[in-house]
Amino acid sequence: MCLAIPGKIKSIELRYNNTVKIAKVSFGGIVKEASLEMLPDADVGDYVLVHVGVALSKVDEAEAQKVFEYLREAGELDELEPEKEV
Amino acid sequence: MKYLSEFRDPEAVEKYLNEIHKTVTQPWTIMEVCGGQTHSLVKNGILSLLPDKVRMVHGPGCPVCVTPLNLIDKAVFLAEEKDVIVCTFGDMIRVPGSKKSLLQAKAEGADIRILYSPLEAVKIAKENPDRQVVFFAVGFETTAPANALSVIHAFREKLDNYSILASHVLVPPAMEAVINDEENIIQAFLAAGHVCTIMGLDEYYPIAEQYEIPVVVTGFEPVDLLQGILMTVKQLEAGEAKLENQYARVVKPKGNPAAQNMIQQVFEIADREWRGIGTIPISGYQVKEAFAEYDATRKFSVNIKKAPECADCIAGQVLKGLKKPFECSQFGKACTPQNPLGAPMVSSEGACAAYYHYAGVADAT
Ligand code: SF4
Repeated sequence: MCLAIPGKIKSIELRYNNTVKIAKVSFGGIVKEASLEMLPDADVGDYVLVHVGVALSKVDEAEAQKVFEYLREAGELDELEPEKEV
Repeated sequence: MKYLSEFRDPEAVEKYLNEIHKTVTQPWTIMEVCGGQTHSLVKNGILSLLPDKVRMVHGPGCPVCVTPLNLIDKAVFLAEEKDVIVCTFGDMIRVPGSKKSLLQAKAEGADIRILYSPLEAVKIAKENPDRQVVFFAVGFETTAPANALSVIHAFREKLDNYSILASHVLVPPAMEAVINDEENIIQAFLAAGHVCTIMGLDEYYPIAEQYEIPVVVTGFEPVDLLQGILMTVKQLEAGEAKLENQYARVVKPKGNPAAQNMIQQVFEIADREWRGIGTIPISGYQVKEAFAEYDATRKFSVNIKKAPECADCIAGQVLKGLKKPFECSQFGKACTPQNPLGAPMVSSEGACAAYYHYAGVADAT
């Protein structure tokens, strides 16, 4: 139900008398439409999280990297640990 | 796929697992709130790879599972007796009502349609001006903006044949209900990442503070879940109880204000019945008076008596994390995904279905 997956915005068009922004979003090649009414500043090329046909959030590249940096930091701290012990 | 495959990378998974094994010294019980997280943990075999000392308990975060029996009966009634086109998400259609599921009603000729988005239901209403169209709007905060948006679309298009049967529940009150249950054993929460994508973090600071319980907002991929568990275990081991955000690439501190706005336009907070758990005060959304004509409950004034639940189903205890699915006498016997007795055996996010489909993994836990 709460499944939401990230995809890349390929194009944006205006509908309903130019009031509603609808994006074509590619999920690894499968393209679906998503409303941008709740993500007005999303642009072509952005990765967005889409849930039941509505884009909800832009994926932040720097924050995505931190998930792996956290591991590296944990690893480095480990290597320091023996010294800390003495 | 960018932002997916790297979060499933076996090497990162292994490193995180190692860190968890190195960090944990005492037994801890952690609840992942969201059914999507349960599904991912079970499907990816993570439960059996965690240290024995880390016990994951599955939470109430499956909207399909907690939608009251009475509402399913109402949806069936609308389709069968009122000749309404009932639209809903795929998961909802197989959930047993007191007499039948929507799928059975469909097989018997009712016009029931499975949709990917509520916005498609508005389109169907536009194309069928002579018929009433009801969208069975189930979900947590994640889905509420889309369901609200469908009402706004119908309003803009001046449609008088579209309404929603709302079954909207909220996560924070359910977390508090879990903590306040006298049998509660939960020591920390992985909070539901996609719910927080909408609502942000503000509602969760008071929970961590007031109940002195670590809360880590967590994503859904294996690496996310393991990092969330590691952050939680670190807090527990250090005797801390704070709110952390593992899923910051998607969850912004203030959530999505435009989506919150959309919710507030159409919905207001109300008491809500949770199937298997009971009524939780101020735990859901109902359609505002101003949009009453888009509220199927008001529009069709369906009054259906509340039917009793299946006596053998222990879904309530499963949803509160008090029992595991295999502790249910019916699990895999009278109750299977083909013939479910309770909703958690239907939804892919229901704990019973997850354990049934990936039984080999679940057995090891
Ligand atoms: S196994 Fe079936 S009967 Fe038992 S708790 Fe789960 S849904 Fe209910």
